[in-house]
Amino acid sequence: MSNEVAQPRDKPHTRRGFRPSDVPTSIASLLLLFAFMAVWEGYVRFFDVSTFLLPPPSLVIVEWIRSLGTASLWFHTWITTYETILGFVIAAVIGVGLGAVLGKLPKLEQTLNPFIIATQVVPKVALVPLFVVWFGFGLAPKVIIAAVLAFFPILLNTILGVKSVDRGHREVLISINASRWQSITQLEFPSSLPYILTGMEIGIVLAIIGAVVGEYLGGNQGLGNLAVKEMNSYNTTALFAVIIHLSLLGFIFYAVLVGTRRFVIPWHESVQIDRK
Amino acid sequence: MLAADSAIRIVGVEKQFDTQQGPIRALARTDFTVRKDEFAVLLGPSGCGKTTMLRLMAGLEYPTSGAVEISGRPLWRDEQRDDSAAAHMGIVFQEPNLFPWLSIEDNIALPLKLRGINKVARRERARKLCELVGISGFEQRWPRELSGGMRQRAAIARALSYDPEILLMDEPFGALDAITRDAMNIELQQIWLATSKTIVLVTHSIPEAVFLADRVVLLTVRPGRIDEVIEVPFARPRQMDVQSDPSFQSIVAHLRHRLQH
Repeated sequence: MSNEVAQPRDKPHTRRGFRPSDVPTSIASLLLLFAFMAVWEGYVRFFDVSTFLLPPPSLVIVEWIRSLGTASLWFHTWITTYETILGFVIAAVIGVGLGAVLGKLPKLEQTLNPFIIATQVVPKVALVPLFVVWFGFGLAPKVIIAAVLAFFPILLNTILGVKSVDRGHREVLISINASRWQSITQLEFPSSLPYILTGMEIGIVLAIIGAVVGEYLGGNQGLGNLAVKEMNSYNTTALFAVIIHLSLLGFIFYAVLVGTRRFVIPWHESVQIDRK
Repeated sequence: MLAADSAIRIVGVEKQFDTQQGPIRALARTDFTVRKDEFAVLLGPSGCGKTTMLRLMAGLEYPTSGAVEISGRPLWRDEQRDDSAAAHMGIVFQEPNLFPWLSIEDNIALPLKLRGINKVARRERARKLCELVGISGFEQRWPRELSGGMRQRAAIARALSYDPEILLMDEPFGALDAITRDAMNIELQQIWLATSKTIVLVTHSIPEAVFLADRVVLLTVRPGRIDEVIEVPFARPRQMDVQSDPSFQSIVAHLRHRLQH
């Protein structure tokens, strides 16, 4: 820092030496990923770790690519995708709807708040066996778990968004004689959207977790169930391949939602910062 | 004074706020009439109730007692604000309060949208107003892409969009630097001369008050009440150098003296 200050101000930028901060962040992220895999690969080979305990990334990737050619992987992927999206949509509809109502009715929200907090601190995945008892081994319990997990962040962020509407903006609408409905469509909805989207970004990740945990414990379909099957057959390499596949699936869901920001709230700071 | 000559009349108006520490008297019993087409400035130190007085005129506060009339019509009926009386007024706040999700053009035309005016007419009107307030070429930008002064210009344009007879402005230039502020004062005077509206503006800057006003309404603190009303005689349009005029300075000196006692 100090020698930067000492430099003459008009020194041309092209003359200064290379700095790590010159590397684009996307390339830096990729390099970091490769470095991580290289350390992993090197550790496994150098210490001769058993493939059963920790397969080297090279083997995992080969196994993953092989599995991509099988119909079974895509069947399970479809099941998990279906459960996640259906659960997420249910959570979004109920979470945004209820959140909007509670945000507008502070008395009701305060009355329900202890229950909202109570249901939030319950480790909801502990309810999975119960859901299996109630709803069987089909897709229903997985969809419900995905929905329950995704519901709370969407609900809480929606309430926060509705309550965070700017006072000054409200007064503008009062001063121009806006009706109740106009103030919902023109102010409260657009102003809450960034909060709702944030809730959904957290929610979609939790939805996929819910679906996979549900698959661990019941039925014989989905990527979670496939992971359990590989574990039971002591095929750690295939288990890792399923984990990578699941991570990518989760990443795609998340990226799609984050990507919608650009179109839904192009005016928001979070989008503007990304653009720079 | 005839009712036809009054834009805003407040009669025996009083405002008390109930807080947890007990009631606060923001404005003592006050009578005042804003003449049609005049530029009135409410001047006073912080906490003197000048903003409260403006908000009472705007119908944003309900008076504890007394009555407010807009162009001869009562502003309140059974504790309900009469929207048709409120439609005579446009309000500019301390902050621009533009909606960040609307372009400058859509912000300016928002009151027209709520009135059901079609998109083509809205766009046309917004373009004209941008010209009037000096932000042409920024119609399609987001508010956050504009400077503070330009945002406040857009807020003025929004308040003018439905062509109200009265413009109420609550320290509209308080957040701007001195140079921008002078420029905005000159432009506001031009807008006023071009549109022939009644303007009531709140400020705590003495030179700004004297430069803009036909009449300066001086308020004193705790409880807020009108101390003195001063006519400012200078011809329009006024230039910034009117401030070096000895009679300008004597009015400023008089007001400063009154505010210190």
